[in-house]
Amino acid sequence: MTVNLLNCRHDFPIFKQLVRGQRLAYLDSAATTQKPHCVIDKLSQYYQTCNANVHRGVHYLSEQATQNFIAARQTVQKFINAKKLHECIFVKSTTEAINLVAQSFGDAFIQKNDEIVITMMEHHSNIVPWQMLCKRKEAHLKFIPMTNRGVLDLESLDSLFTEKTKLLSISHVSNALGTIHPIKEIIKKAQARNIPVFIDGAQAAAHIPIDVQDLDCDFYTFSSHKVYGPMGVGVLYGKEKWLEKMPPYQGGGDMIKKVSLSETLYQDLPYKFEAGTPAVAEAIALKSALDYLMNIGFESIAFHENELLKIATEALTSMPSVRIIGHSSQKVGIISFLIDNIHSHDLGTLVDQKGVAIRTGHHCAMPLMDFLGLTATARLSLGLYNTEQDIEQFLEALTFAKKFFKIKDSVCL
Amino acid sequence: MSLETLELDAVSLEMQVRELYQELIIEHGTKPRNHRILLKIDAKAEGFNPLCGDKIELFLTIEEDKIIEASFLGKGCAISQASASLMTEALMGKTVNEALQLFQQFKALVTHNDPEMNTDSDTNTFLGKLAAFKGVRSFPSRVKCATLAWHTLNAALKENPSLITTE
Repeated sequence: MTVNLLNCRHDFPIFKQLVRGQRLAYLDSAATTQKPHCVIDKLSQYYQTCNANVHRGVHYLSEQATQNFIAARQTVQKFINAKKLHECIFVKSTTEAINLVAQSFGDAFIQKNDEIVITMMEHHSNIVPWQMLCKRKEAHLKFIPMTNRGVLDLESLDSLFTEKTKLLSISHVSNALGTIHPIKEIIKKAQARNIPVFIDGAQAAAHIPIDVQDLDCDFYTFSSHKVYGPMGVGVLYGKEKWLEKMPPYQGGGDMIKKVSLSETLYQDLPYKFEAGTPAVAEAIALKSALDYLMNIGFESIAFHENELLKIATEALTSMPSVRIIGHSSQKVGIISFLIDNIHSHDLGTLVDQKGVAIRTGHHCAMPLMDFLGLTATARLSLGLYNTEQDIEQFLEALTFAKKFFKIKDSVCL
Repeated sequence: MSLETLELDAVSLEMQVRELYQELIIEHGTKPRNHRILLKIDAKAEGFNPLCGDKIELFLTIEEDKIIEASFLGKGCAISQASASLMTEALMGKTVNEALQLFQQFKALVTHNDPEMNTDSDTNTFLGKLAAFKGVRSFPSRVKCATLAWHTLNAALKENPSLITTE
């Protein structure tokens, strides 16, 4: 089967407008993705035709809303190949999922002097909740180190794990550098030591097919707004054996079976972890986004994004005064880079004038930046709507920026 | 910034960015003046912008209420470094109260907040070369870069209350 480059830009209404009088080359999908018609329309359609509160109503609209909400959860189950529907919990975001597990799993299973292992390459959302947990429980946080190439240094993994290690939490893909971590191999090593594994899949879900049974991870999370769905909803997958034993995260309506003044009986999964009115419209629109992705197919998405990544990487590698940060052989479409004598922040402002949207700064990965001796980089990140024209526009904008700052390229190689 | 779809003249947009990144700012941003530590430090403070990683450490030598010398060490974007560089030049010979006044004027210039304080002719006279930062107004996301050094100055002076007179 020949896989061709995708042609999805026209599915996304935001690209109709000019930005700063220019065509928009949106290269910041790792921050948030743009949304296709079907997702935007679904949000609107929900509120126009079937909006009601879910689960307990006996009227028509409530039944419609509930059925659609359940269908959304079923699509999520299919998307990640979870064994059981009730292992898929709707949360607000990846950040909330991590906080939920840090609090709830932490309450149940982490004692004083226990150890939690994360990595130096994590996004702050996969560092801070664990720091907070360790402080609360007087436990210890340990870090898998990284190398200058922007990959994890797994040699020390075996010695990092001790009999006190109660959890390993690691991202699937680095948001700052695009590195795909070898999580299947890491999970196997952790499982061999009876260490449960939490995977932050925020940067993976739009680019890599997720099969939680094949990975055999204990938890997996991703955000809707990074997979072409709306902001405000995300998914936490957890193996039934853990979720059953974990206490609720938030208390309130919908997560209870029975409430009396003296005690309360909690609901079964997944509702035990879904207090209050869920983001119903958003979950239903997320289903549209996941259907859209599954319809295109990850093979096509990966081919398309890899082709563009190759073009961009080759161009940046051969452009004088440009340095790419992170050289993993396994990457999604993310490139962090620096230009000599132009701070990333200034670069971002200048290329913005040419309609090019990139991200600049520490990318919420200060420990990673500190290790590499950097304060900020510029980051280009691809989505399935990007085209070769976006890359060309980006490269022209870089040339404009270099001219503006009068960068004299050094001739020696 | 609003989310309305705007079709603006590409030429005027380029003018805005050229106003932001004037020669003076690029010059001071890439080759900052007074980029060193002082021998005699009467006041100092550190400033940090966690959103982007811009860092400033400011040093002041103060004698009889006058700032004799000002210098800084720092890392960051051209706007933040140029602002620190031009600030240290502007501070030389100013009294502490004049320095604090300058801070208010500069803030008003880049945020365009206070119409009464900020008439163009007054600004240009009092701010001198610092008026070059007027272009920052069009780039709200860069205001914090421009004001970092100044907030750091404010902290340095306020942390030494004996330096601030009530005149």
